[in-house]
Amino acid sequence: MSNLKTFTKGLIKENPILVLLLGCCPTLATTTSAINGMSMGLATTFVLIMSNLVISLLKNFIPDKVRIPCFIVVIASFVTIVQLVMQAYVPDIYETLGLFIPLIVVNCIVLGRAEAFASKNPVWPSILDGAGMGLGFTLALTVLGCIRELLGSGSIFGLRLLPETANILVFILPPGAFICLGFLIAIVNQFKKESH
Amino acid sequence: MKYLIIILSTILVNNVIFSQFLGICPFLGTSKKTSTALGMGAAVIFVLTLATLVTWLVNQYLLIPLGLDKFMQTIAFILIIAALVQMVEIILKKISPSLYTALGVFLPLITTNCAVLGVSLTVVTKEFNYGGVAHMLSLGESVVYAVGIALGFALALVIFAGIREHIDLMEPPKGMKGTPIALITAGILALAFMGFTGIV
Repeated sequence: MSNLKTFTKGLIKENPILVLLLGCCPTLATTTSAINGMSMGLATTFVLIMSNLVISLLKNFIPDKVRIPCFIVVIASFVTIVQLVMQAYVPDIYETLGLFIPLIVVNCIVLGRAEAFASKNPVWPSILDGAGMGLGFTLALTVLGCIRELLGSGSIFGLRLLPETANILVFILPPGAFICLGFLIAIVNQFKKESH
Repeated sequence: MKYLIIILSTILVNNVIFSQFLGICPFLGTSKKTSTALGMGAAVIFVLTLATLVTWLVNQYLLIPLGLDKFMQTIAFILIIAALVQMVEIILKKISPSLYTALGVFLPLITTNCAVLGVSLTVVTKEFNYGGVAHMLSLGESVVYAVGIALGFALALVIFAGIREHIDLMEPPKGMKGTPIALITAGILALAFMGFTGIV
């Protein structure tokens, strides 16, 4: 039961973006379309699960004083793996996401979970925590990507829903990212307050 | 002239916050007061310039000759930045305690500022087109690029902090309080910065 809770808390209750507000840069930059947002989310999820797994295994061997550099090396290794795999198999998406794939290294969620959870807990819960947080991140990115793609280019996942004349270009430009995320968090906040 | 174009385009046209989305976390985190924003801005200008200088040299004279630049760049750069920040902190504490007290609290935060890693990776991987020829940036151009990006960051941060101080006096709807209203303000600021598109 508590394992299930470890997994599900990242999805909604402690959603890294909508509630904890961690990792805003990729959220704003890569959600110009639903598919971009989802790819970014899944890449981050992979890094989160693997780094949580390895750090949880190594937690007794890493001296406390140099733990942050050690965590960063583990994370950076997995990011490089993701980077090379994406370059080889999905070059189009790799091109669009560009700089933000290597920048997963400095995503606060990844280091945050390593420090707050994986370095104190056994392997299995750490994996679940990474998966939950990663999927929560993916969920938020996909939702934001859907909204911006629908308003900005009239489609979701490339499927056209609105005529081209209804496009509001600003939503796929940088200002639209800030405004959409602002409203999304405002809606979440509103519901959070009502439920109390 | 070339350097002027780089500076102008990085500060205004391709502003690091409003068009490249790098360093949003410190942008939202340290913009509640103008004085904090100034401190953070100064610390970023200092570290970003230094980090770009060092990573460019390491990439050119260590990683490329050894054939490691394709897959060691990310790991090497983040470690260099982390070490550099730590070193700057220690040196500042020793040499100039007054500067250390002004910048001190912001320095550890900068390691995870994605603008620093982002800029050092950009200058060594991307081709730039200045004066009609696409080419990789030289050391001088990279440093100027970094200074421009950092100045753009500081500018955005200080403007935003000034606006936020005024927002604090307002009474937005309940759900909008805090981050949401800040994000929407940032969106409107980004719209304003879009007006610079095409000046260089």
